[in-house]
Amino acid sequence: MTIAQKLSRRGFLAGAAAATGGLSIGFHIPTAEAAVGDTPEINAWVVVKPNNTVVVRVARVEMGQGTLTGLAQLVAEELDADWSKVTTEYPTPGQNVARKRIWGDFQTAGSRGIRGSEDYVRKGGAAARIMLMQAAANQLKVPVAELTTSKSVITHKASGRSLRYGQVALAAAKLEAPKDVKIKDPKDWTIAGKPLPRLDTKMKLDGSQIYSIDYKMPGMLNAAIKETPVPGGKVKSFDAAKAEKMRGVKKVLVIDGNAVVVVADTWYRAKTALDAVNIIWDEGANASVSTASIKAMLTEGLDAKQAFVGNKKGDVETAIAGATKKVEAVYRFPYQHHMTMEPMNATAQWTPEKCMVWTSTQNAEAALATVVPASGLPIEKCDVIRMNLGGGFGRRSSSHDYVRQAVLVAKEMPGTPVKLIWSREQDVTHGTYHPTTMCKLTGALDDKGNVVGLHMRISGQSILAGLRPEALVEGRDPGTFQGLNAQGPEGQFGYDIPNLLVDHAMRNPPFRPGFWRGVNNNQNAIYLECFIDEMAHAAGQDPLEFRRKMMKNYPKHLAVLNTVAEKAGWGKPTAPGVFRGISQHMGYGSYVAAVAEVSVSDKGALKIHRIVAATDCGHVVNPQQVAAQIEGSFAYGLSALLYGEMTVKNGRMEQENFDTYEVMKMAEMPPVESYPVPSGGFWGGVGEPTIFVAAPAVLNAIFAATGKRLRDVPLKNLDLRKA
Amino acid sequence: MARLNINGKIHNIDVEPDTPLLWAIREQIGLTGTKYGCGVAACGACTVHVDGVPTRSCSLPVSSFTEKQKIVTIEGLSKTVTHPIQQAWLELDVPQCGYCQSGQIMAAAALLVKHPEPTDAQINEEMSNICRCGTYNRIRAGVKLAAKNAKAKKSNTKAQRA
Ligand code: FES
Ligand code: FES
Repeated sequence: MTIAQKLSRRGFLAGAAAATGGLSIGFHIPTAEAAVGDTPEINAWVVVKPNNTVVVRVARVEMGQGTLTGLAQLVAEELDADWSKVTTEYPTPGQNVARKRIWGDFQTAGSRGIRGSEDYVRKGGAAARIMLMQAAANQLKVPVAELTTSKSVITHKASGRSLRYGQVALAAAKLEAPKDVKIKDPKDWTIAGKPLPRLDTKMKLDGSQIYSIDYKMPGMLNAAIKETPVPGGKVKSFDAAKAEKMRGVKKVLVIDGNAVVVVADTWYRAKTALDAVNIIWDEGANASVSTASIKAMLTEGLDAKQAFVGNKKGDVETAIAGATKKVEAVYRFPYQHHMTMEPMNATAQWTPEKCMVWTSTQNAEAALATVVPASGLPIEKCDVIRMNLGGGFGRRSSSHDYVRQAVLVAKEMPGTPVKLIWSREQDVTHGTYHPTTMCKLTGALDDKGNVVGLHMRISGQSILAGLRPEALVEGRDPGTFQGLNAQGPEGQFGYDIPNLLVDHAMRNPPFRPGFWRGVNNNQNAIYLECFIDEMAHAAGQDPLEFRRKMMKNYPKHLAVLNTVAEKAGWGKPTAPGVFRGISQHMGYGSYVAAVAEVSVSDKGALKIHRIVAATDCGHVVNPQQVAAQIEGSFAYGLSALLYGEMTVKNGRMEQENFDTYEVMKMAEMPPVESYPVPSGGFWGGVGEPTIFVAAPAVLNAIFAATGKRLRDVPLKNLDLRKA
Repeated sequence: MARLNINGKIHNIDVEPDTPLLWAIREQIGLTGTKYGCGVAACGACTVHVDGVPTRSCSLPVSSFTEKQKIVTIEGLSKTVTHPIQQAWLELDVPQCGYCQSGQIMAAAALLVKHPEPTDAQINEEMSNICRCGTYNRIRAGVKLAAKNAKAKKSNTKAQRA
C-alpha cells in the first residue's frame, strides 16, 4: 500500500473526465506521451531509479498465487534487468482512468494474471530496454547496434565503456517509445522460466506485511456490520439503546435498509456493541427457502423442456434410443464458500471533495466502479489503494459489497476514516457462493462398448444471472459450460463422441453466486469425468484405455493424461488396499490430468495416499510457483470434496464459521507430485486448472476401492464403506 | 485494565477484561502480525506463544493473563527473521497469500521445541492451523528442514566445543 501511495499522482486529474467510461479494452504498447516531465518512468510498466533499482508496475494483483513475481520476471527478462534489484508497485485504478487505461485490465481472476497480460507487459519491458539503449547510444555517441545489455548495464564493447540503467533513465524517459518491439523467444529466457524465489516472502514471515485488515490511519474508527440473514430481507426495526451507551461506541446506523452498523474506536468494541443491538428483520419473500426446496427446483430442471444449448453434435436422442446399453446417472454439487483467511474488509474516508478506499480486491477497477455511486462523487474524485489480500479465490472479484458498505458508513462521518471489518460470521453468511447445480447424464454405448451418444443436462444456478445479468448472451450463461465447449481456451470438451448434447436449464435460487476458484469447471469435471468412468465400467473397459480411444483428436488433452498414467504407474500393482482413479479436463487455457491413489478402511475412512498431477500451461514463468499453485489447487478442491457444503434453512445459510464449515487441514493433505509439461506456443493459467481434476480422480479411485459411485458430495455426508 | 508481558515488554492496557488477547494485541498494542481468522479457536491464525505454549489468542480474555506470563507474537519470535522455522520458510518459499503464516510459524516453532525431530504423525497432530491457499505440503517440508538445520547446527556447536 505504501508503494501505491508513494506512486506519483502526476497526471491524475488531467484526462480523468475524458476517460470516465474507462472500460474500453483497446490497449497497445505503452507510449512515452503518457509520462510527463522529469521522471525515471521509462514507460507505464518500468521505472528505473538513479540507484539502478527497477520498479515494475503490476496491474494484476498478488493474492498468494505468485503473479507479482511472475509478471516482474517477464518484464525484467525483456528489460535484461538485474533481478536482485527488481521491485514492484501497484498503480491505482484512478491513475489507470486518468491515463486512459494504459495498464489495461486490473481484473485478477480466471487464472488470467499472466496469460491475460504477458504479451503487453513483455513488450513494455522490451520497449523500455530499447529506450534505455538509445539514451546510452546518444550519450556515448555510438550506434545503438554496438551496444549490449545485461543485468541493468549497457556496454559498448569496442570502447570498453558501460552505463548503468539508472544513469540513463531520465534521458530514456524523454525519448519516444519504439513503434514496434520484438520480444524474446522463451527458449532464450534467463529470468523468466526459472524457479526464482518470490519477491514477497520475507515480509510474510515476521508479521510485517500489511493486509487490508491491518491498515491504520490517524483518527480512524472501526465498524462492524450485521446484514439481513435472508437474501432480500430488510431491517424492520432495531433497538440500540444499550449499544449506544457502551464504551467507545460512536454511532449506530442502518445502511442500504438491510444492515445495521456500529462504529466505535476499536473493532472489538464495535462488534461487541453490535451483538447488543436488538434487530428485528423483515425477512421478505425468501424466508422459507431450504436446501431441500433448492434441490427440488434443480431436479425439476433436469427434465425440463427448455434449456440453453452449450455443445451439440449429431442426434443424441436417436443415438440413445438405439443404444445397446444405456447408462444414466444424476450428480449434484452443493453451495461452497470461499473462506478466504482474511475476512472481507475495507477502509474508507469521505469528504465532499474526495473519497478514498484502501482495500484488498482482485479487481481494483471494479472496486472503483463500486465506490463512485456509493460516494456520490465523480470518478476523478475517487480512488482505491490496493492492499495485500489474505486470499481471493474469486470472492474479492465477484462482489465489492464490503467496499460499498465502507463508503456508505464513511459518508455518514465526513473526514473520518472508517475501517469496516466483516466478522467471520457475517463473511460466511454473506458470501458469493459457488453456485449449486445438478447434472443428469445419459450415455449410449454400442455393442463394442464405444460411446455413441452422450447427453449432459445441467440444471442450476448461473453466476452471470446473479452478478452481471447484462452479460448474459440472450439469456444464456456461456460460463455454465466451462470445460464442455466444442472449442476455445475456456474449456474444450476432450472426447470424440459422435452424438453429443450439453445443455443447461437455468434455475436460480435467491443466494448470490460468485466466481469460486475453478468456477464451473469444478462440477463439470466431476460430472463428466466420473460419468466417463461409469461408462467405462459399464463397457467393461479400463478407464484409461476407454478415454484414450476417444481422444485421438485431442492430443494436448491426451498428453497430460498419458503423463499422469505413466508417472503414477497406471496398470501396475499398487500397495495392498490402495486403488487408483484418473481424470482429465481442460480450462483457463490449460490442460490438466491427475491420478489419485486412495484406500478406504472397513469403517469407511478415506485416506488419499498420493496425487500425481500434470499441467500443460503452454509456457511456465516460474516452475516452483506453478508447483505451489498445483498443490494449493488440490488442497482447495479436495477440501470442497471432503467437507464443502453450505446448507440452507429458513432462508438462511446455516454455517457461520470454520467450526461448522470445515476445511481440509494438514493431516488430510496428500503428497502431490506435480509435472508441468509445457508444450509451448500458448499461455494457459495455473492458479485454478488442476483443481478441476482433484475431485473426479479421487471419486473414481473411491469407486475402484469400494464399488460405490458417490454422486452427491461432500464426502462427510456419505457412507464410504464397501458396497 | 490489564498488564501484559508481550515480546519482553510490560504493557498497561485499558480494556474491558473480557477483551480477547488477540484484539488487545492488534488494537491496543498495535501489533498486527497476529491475525483474525475466525474468533472461535478454529483456524489458528491468531496463534501466539504463552510461556512457549502455542495458544489461540482469539479465545482467551486478557483477564486470564498476568504479567508473569510471557506472551510472544510473530513480531517477537526473532529480531531479523532468523528463527530456524522462518529460515526454512524463506528457503522453501512456503507462504502464498501469507495471511495464515504468522499462526503457522508460531505453531511450528512451538512444535520444534516439543519434538525437535518431529515425525509426520506429530506434525499432523500439532499443526492443525488452517491454510486456505493450501501450503500444507511446504509447511511440512519446512518443519522438517528447520529440524534438520537445527540439528546440524547443534552438532556443529557440540563439535566446536569438544
Ligand atoms: S482467529 Fe483464533 S483460531 Fe481463528
Ligand atoms: S498462505 Fe494463504 S491462507 Fe495460508
